[in-house]
Amino acid sequence: MASSMFLAQRRWFHSLPRNLSNARFFSALPSQHPVSVSGPQNNVGPKSNKFEKASSAPSSLKEPELAKFSAIADTWWDSEGPFKPLHKMNPTRLAFLRSTLCRHFRKDPLSARPFEGLRFIDVGCGGGILSEPLTRMGATVTGIDAIEKNIKIARLHANLDPTTSTIEYCCTTAEKLVEEQRKFDAVIALEVIEHVADAAEFCKSLSALTAHEGATVVSTINRSMRSYATAIVAAEYLLQWLPKGTHQWSSFLTPEELTMILKRAGVDVKEMAGFVYNPLTGRWSLSDDISVNFIAYGTKEK
Amino acid sequence: MNRIFATKAGSDVYRLRIPWRPFSNDAAPLLSSQNAGNPEKGSEAKQYDIAIVGGGMVGLALACSLASRPLTRHLNVAIIDSNPALGRKHFIKKEDLPDPRVSTITPATISFFKDIGAWQFVEQHRHAYFDKMQVWDYTGLSYAKYNARDADKEVLGCVVENKVLLSSLLSRVQETVLPKKIYPSRLSSMSILPNSSSSEVDSTLSMTALFTHGRLAKLELEDGNSLYAKLVVGADGGKSRVRELAGFRTTGWNYSQNAIICTVEHDVENHCAWQRFLPSGPLALLPIGDKFSNIVWTMSPKESSEFKSITEDNFLKAVNHALDYGYGPHPTPSILGSSDLFSWLKGGISKSANDCFETPPKVVKLASERMAFPLSLRHANDYASKRVALIGDAAHTVHPLAGQGVNLGFGDASTLSSVISEGIAVGTDIGEVSLLKKYEADRKPANVMMMAVLDGFQKAYSVDFGPLNILRAAAFHGAHHISPLKKSIISYASGEMRLPLFA
Repeated sequence: MASSMFLAQRRWFHSLPRNLSNARFFSALPSQHPVSVSGPQNNVGPKSNKFEKASSAPSSLKEPELAKFSAIADTWWDSEGPFKPLHKMNPTRLAFLRSTLCRHFRKDPLSARPFEGLRFIDVGCGGGILSEPLTRMGATVTGIDAIEKNIKIARLHANLDPTTSTIEYCCTTAEKLVEEQRKFDAVIALEVIEHVADAAEFCKSLSALTAHEGATVVSTINRSMRSYATAIVAAEYLLQWLPKGTHQWSSFLTPEELTMILKRAGVDVKEMAGFVYNPLTGRWSLSDDISVNFIAYGTKEK
Repeated sequence: MNRIFATKAGSDVYRLRIPWRPFSNDAAPLLSSQNAGNPEKGSEAKQYDIAIVGGGMVGLALACSLASRPLTRHLNVAIIDSNPALGRKHFIKKEDLPDPRVSTITPATISFFKDIGAWQFVEQHRHAYFDKMQVWDYTGLSYAKYNARDADKEVLGCVVENKVLLSSLLSRVQETVLPKKIYPSRLSSMSILPNSSSSEVDSTLSMTALFTHGRLAKLELEDGNSLYAKLVVGADGGKSRVRELAGFRTTGWNYSQNAIICTVEHDVENHCAWQRFLPSGPLALLPIGDKFSNIVWTMSPKESSEFKSITEDNFLKAVNHALDYGYGPHPTPSILGSSDLFSWLKGGISKSANDCFETPPKVVKLASERMAFPLSLRHANDYASKRVALIGDAAHTVHPLAGQGVNLGFGDASTLSSVISEGIAVGTDIGEVSLLKKYEADRKPANVMMMAVLDGFQKAYSVDFGPLNILRAAAFHGAHHISPLKKSIISYASGEMRLPLFA
């Protein structure tokens, strides 16, 4: 029980009006921290170019929320700060990406920079904590996030290292890049899909961004009894870490549902893994247990 | 005084320049041009991935270990050490007399050396495996004899001179492709600034800018060189300058004991490690090959200065006396009546329990000068902070009682390189504190446990008190007669188990 609480406590997001729920919030104890906004539902004019700031996204957020995440955005890179749980989980997510994508692209897993020459996109990149390591692993990375402040933080931080300064950060959405007909060898959207209004449409955008024979990787939270117990009952009612009604448990996807909507979008899920947290060691590891946090890797069908 | 130092460093530089040039330019084609210059020329600072401060056994082991892993073998490494021996390719001659500074290498360390490719070099020099160990005390109440076969092992360990270990590691690191550069100097200052990611974009990305933003540590050396590194590893021993500059606190105490060490010669070859607990402290006789043995004799500082100055003949007599009937009788099984008092725990009599007590071979000649070292225990409260990690004696200095000290250091080097490799696998900045803390979390419990065990031993034997002697004897008998216990003691001392006895 204790471990499941830890499993779920990281990322409860505020309930937002459904029409705004493409805003995504990541939260770490004891307060909630919005992370990024992304999704296909933004009402953006067709003429927007890829570096244009997506003015519509921040405006779809409530002002107090905006102020809150802006205040916390500076701490994105403080590994002991509010995003500590995410920093702790990051190596595990990257380990999954490394092993599946090395296999997919037939790259040498013993190379320090196996993804040299491949174009990756990190959808909902936040402060760039996934984009930077992917770049160090050799990939040419584009990070997108609909929150301008996140992009600014990400840009500033990446510029401090010659290796990561090559990352292309844009304040935009997946859908807009689809309109621009951008293609990537790997499309990565971690902890994003549970925050978009229409997961099926979102998956279609991810699929459209994936190049021929490319890979798509999505991670999210399962809609299981365990995630209900940890996220809603424990976190909101028993421990009152979060305001009651914070979570829209019903909007979570089960692995089967995710597989199905990805399939409909043209992405064939090849592998799935769970993330489990060990409260004794404070470390995350990959496991077969997909009952709370899970990650799926698929390939684009021809 | 400073001037003398400077001159000395200058001459080292001169000597080192020649041997190291091919090593850094030819042997490492991947070396980027920014590191290829002569460090001693350097008014301009170079940038490295890792700066290892201290090119001793543990520091070089880290370099070898990094060189042996696919993900870390292309890291740019600077090694900072003023020891001129590091500049020479083969600084050991076969006919040299044994160095009195030796280490007892555990089977775990032997397999680490094999993994990093350094053991083949050790095997070319003098080293001595031992498969038996006899421990007894002066009261005549207790003794224990360990045999490698009790734990289904070939050997209990191997005694190797420190200079052999050092030169083997150096030979190994020289033949690897690891881009490396040795700075023959000492660290004078180190600075690491806090992360600043929210400042305005600095498009230059110069080393200075990276340093200002906390992405690089800056090191200044006594010879005027300076360098930048993503990660600084303090492998600079018990009086670590890195530890001091990084502001790590330590906990520890000095034992009011000195150890006398020297090399002695026998008439016959010795294949057993002997240790006898005397009222003033333990006396160890370790085989080092070719009829030579090494002595580590712990005693009070006053006694040590006495034993250091007496004539060779008198010293040898004192050693032989202490290893035989001196201070008390030989232990005999009947004294404590192991058959009666300990019959209840004789469930599994270990195979070597019937090995009788033996007297160590007589010492006939002194083969080195006698050196005395004060003993202390010191443990750094932290092993890692942002861009800094401590390994070896810089992190923990232990009682040399069971020859465990350097083995803990090799364990540190192995773990740190593996953590760095894991970090690179997932694209982490190798100086990030969250990564380095993994190393600390892995090593600290293991090291603290071994330190506590050794310190406990030291304490248990520094008191001569009747009931305690009986208790000690009981513990000895337990260790001697209960086979699972014996097996786990051997495994722990071999470096193969993380926690003793109960694991």
